[in-house]
Amino acid sequence: MSWPAPDDVLLSTSLATYLDKKLLVLLRDGRKLLGLLRSFDQFANVVLEGACERLIVGDLYCDVPLGLYVIRGENVVLIGELDLGKEELPQHMTCVSEAEIRKAQKAERDATDLKGTMRKRMEFLDFD
Amino acid sequence: MLFFSYFKDLVGREVTVELKNDLAIRGTLHSVDQYLNIKLENTRVVDQDKYPHMLSVRNCFIRGSVVRYVQLPPEGVDVELLHDATRREARGG
Repeated sequence: MSWPAPDDVLLSTSLATYLDKKLLVLLRDGRKLLGLLRSFDQFANVVLEGACERLIVGDLYCDVPLGLYVIRGENVVLIGELDLGKEELPQHMTCVSEAEIRKAQKAERDATDLKGTMRKRMEFLDFD
Repeated sequence: MLFFSYFKDLVGREVTVELKNDLAIRGTLHSVDQYLNIKLENTRVVDQDKYPHMLSVRNCFIRGSVVRYVQLPPEGVDVELLHDATRREARGG
């Protein structure tokens, strides 16, 4: 196994520059994980320390603590470095408890389900 | 290796990367690797309101396997050069 020269490491696409930084990891199923990058490899398998999942429903959000996470690379969409000088989320968003965010998630799911059944019931009208 | 070399030449240009999950990110191309993983700097999400969690992301790494399109600046495409390189590669050179 050969390693790139030190200069190369900083200029390359490797995740080395993100080590020990707080990152946002977007997964293929739409989940958003936050945590400190402790390790990675060429497949973008990553180890996040102090990971938490950020749940967002409308203007509400909640960070659910998860602990140490090893994420298999194939599930990774994007790894973003968080600008610490900037607000992580827009000002109008409110932090709520996990119970409240779960309730909001359920309400949102029920609303989309209802929309689905309404549409189904109207199908006989054959809009086309 | 053709597209790897091609993207390497585009480093420093402003590009928009559209992902398979429809998220589109605009930023300066910082680097590319053999898997066509992409690193962007000074990123902004095209539809910011829909993705509030991306607000404070300035630099990011995008896994090559989730990229659908890379939108390039028109002046970044030299069709003649690409044409020649394609023929060369097809010949196995």
